[in-house]
Amino acid sequence: MTAPKTLYDKIWDAHVAHEAEDGTCLLYIDRHLVHEVTSPQAFEGLRMAGRQVHAPDKTIAVPDHNVPTTAGREDPSQMTEESRIQVAALDKNAKEFGVHYYPVSDVRQGIVHIVGPEQGWTLPGMTVVCGDSHTATHGAFGALAHGIGTSEVEHVLATQTLIQKKSKNMKVEITGKLKPGVTAKDITLAVIGETGTGGGTGYVIEYCGEAIRDLSMEGRMTVCNMAIEGGARAGLIAPDETTFEYVKGRPHAPKGGQFEQALDYWKTLFTDEGAHFDKVVTLKGEEIEPVVTWGTSPEDVLPISAVVPSPSDFEGGKVDAAARSLDYMGLTPGQKLTDIEIDTVFIGSCTNGRIEDMRAVAEIVKGKKIKDGMRAMIVPGSGLVRAQAEEEGLADIFKDAGFEWRLAGCSMCLAMNPDQLSENERCASTSNRNFEGRQGYKGRTHLVSPAMAAAAALTGRLTDVRDLI
Amino acid sequence: MEKFEKLQGIAAPMPLVNIDTDMIIPKVFLKSIARTGFGKNLFDEMRYNRDGTEIEDFVLNKPQYRDAEILIAGDNFGCGSSREHAPWAIADFGIKCVVSTSFADIFFNNCFKNGILPIVLPQEQVDTLMADAEKGANARMTVDLEAQEITTSDGETIAFEVDAFKKHCLLEGLDDIGLTMEKKASIDAFEAKAAAARPWV
Repeated sequence: MTAPKTLYDKIWDAHVAHEAEDGTCLLYIDRHLVHEVTSPQAFEGLRMAGRQVHAPDKTIAVPDHNVPTTAGREDPSQMTEESRIQVAALDKNAKEFGVHYYPVSDVRQGIVHIVGPEQGWTLPGMTVVCGDSHTATHGAFGALAHGIGTSEVEHVLATQTLIQKKSKNMKVEITGKLKPGVTAKDITLAVIGETGTGGGTGYVIEYCGEAIRDLSMEGRMTVCNMAIEGGARAGLIAPDETTFEYVKGRPHAPKGGQFEQALDYWKTLFTDEGAHFDKVVTLKGEEIEPVVTWGTSPEDVLPISAVVPSPSDFEGGKVDAAARSLDYMGLTPGQKLTDIEIDTVFIGSCTNGRIEDMRAVAEIVKGKKIKDGMRAMIVPGSGLVRAQAEEEGLADIFKDAGFEWRLAGCSMCLAMNPDQLSENERCASTSNRNFEGRQGYKGRTHLVSPAMAAAAALTGRLTDVRDLI
Repeated sequence: MEKFEKLQGIAAPMPLVNIDTDMIIPKVFLKSIARTGFGKNLFDEMRYNRDGTEIEDFVLNKPQYRDAEILIAGDNFGCGSSREHAPWAIADFGIKCVVSTSFADIFFNNCFKNGILPIVLPQEQVDTLMADAEKGANARMTVDLEAQEITTSDGETIAFEVDAFKKHCLLEGLDDIGLTMEKKASIDAFEAKAAAARPWV
């Protein structure tokens, strides 16, 4: 009898193409996603060495980081010269090397981590990589998915493998039910608040428990997306009926008899009874509150009902880091989080740019107006999310409330395109990183769920969404 | 790739924890399609005022650390984005070795692809090296990869662990892709087997 395996063990074992004596493996990659910022040097490397893309049919490219999200963006003058060069390079590389490609003009274009699942490229049991740390998103399907650097992008392009050593197994269990107003974003932030941004380093996390099972695929993607913010190589959720239902009928998902064959395999993708985890973290779902970040690290998480902490609340190197964060964020210890006034709201990103996120916002803002003077933008994660939101009447709700309704892209999550915070502007953001300068030089970011961001847009300050529902 | 064998140089102290890759190289500098030229923007927002003048008290602007080749850093160095521009900027500045109590996974891997040696040590030993680095330019450390040993300016030696394969590649300056291509038969065999077992992939 073989020893019980975790889900991670099973996917790993199914993809080892070669193992050296010291345990260094060549891991075979089923899907390689590519965007314009981390790939140009990799394609150039291939060209210089006279190498080809090993499996162009398993390689999917889409520009997302640099693209403007305003109407008329096909006009190249909307981009800076450098952005234009990167997008043009991806156009050229995709064509020259023959990989699947969704250009800016294609309605299916969007953030790579939203397009992949939407088009059925991401399937349970696969290995998925991309030159982007938020590749962890795809783990929601029970796929082993993680970010890589540009040298590794080139390695995967050339060989369809990665040189890897296996990570350790970590289990994050969220028991019970979530309370109203609490979402997948609150789960994933609460976990990072618990473990710290380095707590997952060296591990692959499997999220499980009733509160995870109850999530839609969109919610599961939000949870796995931020596994990297906890330092983990990847986050995983075992596939189940919710997963199979989502996948079925997608353009690149298997069809007919092959779907049935795939389904038989996918149903074996779970952690065996008694399998070993090197680390276990358990949170009670009913105890999780809507949360918000106060500092400049995703681990700086507090329930919305709390007050701004003091550096003396921390130990070790975190004392100085907290003092620096408070200074950067312009906050005073003891201040109530709900007293923090904001001037910008950003809703979107690979964390929260899916249709369910759009619906959550619409539910809060329907028939209401955003605070006077507030800059509030909603950037759907893909052209198809945008189209669906328009079809469902959500876009009209947003526009009536005073939101800007944008085209798809990464936008103000990392502010590589024109969507940026100005100095000292304070933003309630549904994105994934509150690092210094992340959303613009000296910009101040508070990470929240879409519902919380919507609430903040209405009141002009960080707000407990439960007061509005 | 340039070989890494033995390095003797100035170490700069950066005790701040959770230094992320947005701090190491802000996104406005990610728009180049080259691998070089990022060094002048290393730690850009910590290092320069908005008008381009240097912030005097930033460690790498201090005269004694301008030529640093080793960085002694706080916990969880390199967290955040996967951007390889971060190690490109570090290498382009001239830093070839970073020491911390822990590194983010992707950054750690990216270092080895660019001839940079990231070294993980326990807090106490990082503290010793941090104190040594605080002494300034006269305190030169030696990092010997072959022997897996750091020698402080006082002659104290600290042993470190490194993955054997990664060590080999750094010492020899080997190209990963070339090495993997030598295993083409294994990859081809795997593909044939996988195509039969999971034809929908």
